[in-house]
Amino acid sequence: METAEQLRDRLQAQFPAAEIAVVPNPGPAAQHSLLLGAAHARAVALFLRDDPALALDYCSNVTGVDWLQAGYLEAVYHLFSMARPQGGPVVIRLRTGNRTDQVTLPSLTPVWRSCEFQEREAFDLFGIRFADHPDLRRILMWDEFVDHPMRKDYVEPDDYEWEPTAHHEVLAKARPPAPAPPSGPPEGTPP
Amino acid sequence: MSASAFPPPVPPGPQVRAVTDEFHGDLLEISMGPHHPSTHGVFRMQATLDGETVVKLKPVFGYLHRNHEKLGENTSYLGSMPYTDRLDYFCAMTNNWAYALSAEKLAGQAVPERAEYLRVILAELTRLLNHTCLAGFLLQDTGASGTPLMYAFREREKILDLFESLSGSRMMCNFQRFGGCRTDAPADWLARAGQLVDGYGAFLDEFEALITGNEILLARTQGVGRLSAALAVSAGVTGPMLRATGVAYDLRKVDGYGIYPRFDFRVPLGDHGDTYDRYMIRVLEMRESIKILHAALREIPAGPVMDPKAKLRGFRPKPGEAYGRIEGPKGEIGFYLISDGGANPYRYRVRPPSLVNLTILEDLCLGHTLADTVVILGSIDIVLGEVDR
Amino acid sequence: MLGSGLLQGLAVTAKNFVGSFHDPARLTTTEYPEVRTKLPENYRNFPFLVSENAEDPMGTLRCVACQICEKECPPQCILIEKSKDKKPDAAGKLQLYPAVFDIDISVCMSCQICVEVCPFDAIKMDQVFEIATGERFNALLLDRHGLAKPNSYYHQIHPAEAAEVDARLAAERQAAEEKARAAAAAKTAAAAAKAVAAAAPAAPPVPPPSAAPPGPPNPGGSA
Repeated sequence: METAEQLRDRLQAQFPAAEIAVVPNPGPAAQHSLLLGAAHARAVALFLRDDPALALDYCSNVTGVDWLQAGYLEAVYHLFSMARPQGGPVVIRLRTGNRTDQVTLPSLTPVWRSCEFQEREAFDLFGIRFADHPDLRRILMWDEFVDHPMRKDYVEPDDYEWEPTAHHEVLAKARPPAPAPPSGPPEGTPP
Repeated sequence: MSASAFPPPVPPGPQVRAVTDEFHGDLLEISMGPHHPSTHGVFRMQATLDGETVVKLKPVFGYLHRNHEKLGENTSYLGSMPYTDRLDYFCAMTNNWAYALSAEKLAGQAVPERAEYLRVILAELTRLLNHTCLAGFLLQDTGASGTPLMYAFREREKILDLFESLSGSRMMCNFQRFGGCRTDAPADWLARAGQLVDGYGAFLDEFEALITGNEILLARTQGVGRLSAALAVSAGVTGPMLRATGVAYDLRKVDGYGIYPRFDFRVPLGDHGDTYDRYMIRVLEMRESIKILHAALREIPAGPVMDPKAKLRGFRPKPGEAYGRIEGPKGEIGFYLISDGGANPYRYRVRPPSLVNLTILEDLCLGHTLADTVVILGSIDIVLGEVDR
Repeated sequence: MLGSGLLQGLAVTAKNFVGSFHDPARLTTTEYPEVRTKLPENYRNFPFLVSENAEDPMGTLRCVACQICEKECPPQCILIEKSKDKKPDAAGKLQLYPAVFDIDISVCMSCQICVEVCPFDAIKMDQVFEIATGERFNALLLDRHGLAKPNSYYHQIHPAEAAEVDARLAAERQAAEEKARAAAAAKTAAAAAKAVAAAAPAAPPVPPPSAAPPGPPNPGGSA
């Protein structure tokens, strides 16, 4: 099973114009990942799927990550191979430009069908727009929902109906009520 | 016995009309809505019907969304363990194991041998109870109103009693910890588990005599909801649903996590990928689980069940990330954890097998009748706690 | 022949139906609430605070308000406020006690993490499930009076566990007493040596008694 560096070199040779970097993973798990530039991501993904040595035909997990400090969102794909089952995952990452207006990434659903629902979930909960996704709409939250709940700076709207209990004074002291929700939808929500 | 006395099911093909954006007054759009006894939870299917035939079907879910992943970011690693019980609420032990495995991978934590054996025993017992439940529910969905379901549940109660006397709770077990299991299994518990496993083969024989040769079941499930191997692999389908299409991918053999390489068991594969195959694969897997359980109960060594260097409180893995997965009864359940060195994970992600298995629900249901939709959904084996988290 | 599978199934059903009249393995229903099944010892449902005796529950709580269970509780259903004063505990040591200890059992999910992390065996799992109340909010917030139950009750519901906890606490108490006795014996020996040194000013300087390590405790010696 080739290492992340070897894979990066092979991919770079195949796609000279693509931006491919290894993101090292500190810690004992040692599952290093490849950071792909958005422009050539789909071509690289097709190569990863169809290459006979790798045969990464099974995309197991698609998830979004919100890097608040760094200022971008990330989509992480864990790829395995059912044709050649031995070996750990090949992890690829795609990063958006920022967290406000440049949140579009190419969808990998045309490559692996399993990304369909999971990319919809990343859109719903993080706000990453996937271009060329066959059906990009909210999946877990209701359609008229505003904002993206899994972001690190998400503020829960304080508009619940609630009855005071014996405990609510104490709770109010411990956790002050949430500030008012932002007026108007944030950038990046679907029209 | 043959099914030739009954008419064959309508195959998808020219009979299915393409649904365009024009207004089709003769197509009926119904919502098999979240309140439904056959949707295995709060699950909605928006189906468009041409007569009785399904021409379009969109699954809608999110009614049980509890934002488990955000809770995971705000709770310590240990505190998320009881929440993993509630993901796939039938299979608490395997959810716990998947989470513990991922956290142990992240931190490089070792697990003692007795704990590994105990984990295998509990996971295979969970597989037995999940597949028993599925057999019962699938037959309930076809309309065998209650009898196979109640026989299945009567057997499942025995396994739940075992879990209750070991972990304190029938379903929400909260039993695995990072570095082993919470408590040890006393010798009399292992003896009772052995008795249960010895009697399970007889139960399966009786259950199969009840239903496997039943002509009504054969007519309703054979040829219904055929899934091709290529589509299954591309759609990320895992578990018995994948193996029913003929793809030999079982994480217990592929990854060999825990101590599974020590056990000698087969992986049943199907030929057609239809509903009947998915049901039969699960019955055969139950028989293989019984073999594994016999071996594990015989060979379990003495020793501690918790690594002495493992910390209960203050589990703080170094910064890094890990993806750990196991073969749960429904498919591959995986946890993706990113640690920033703090007490809570930075990103806590559950890879739910039921959600990914639902990707091809529409493909399976097109061209079949509405009644078949219920049977197909039943054979996919979803639990909304996992789909929605 | 067509239908043989159906007939075979009907034979199984008939066997179960007839068997349910005389075979307990076929009919597994118990007529609750007149007949109750025996719960396993490990069964857990909602926590309770252990107090050493039933006569003075608040005064003999094992809890020292360390707030570890409050921090580790996943749904954060425990509220603890420390007392301002200290009271002696079962071993005679002065400890804080919880002035307020509330558990909201409408939130508690009986996960048992509070029991696992408590260093003082002060909170344990109860087995109550027939606690339906007529009122939705206040009656489901248990304060320390509602939560405190005596150690005898703990022995009743979890006999093996309670016996093990009692043995361990007694052993710890004995080890602490032995250590205190040894320290006191060393102190009196040191004080005696100091008095001897003060009474002989012309004697060469003796090494300070605190440098001498304390000897082994006298078997059966008095403090």
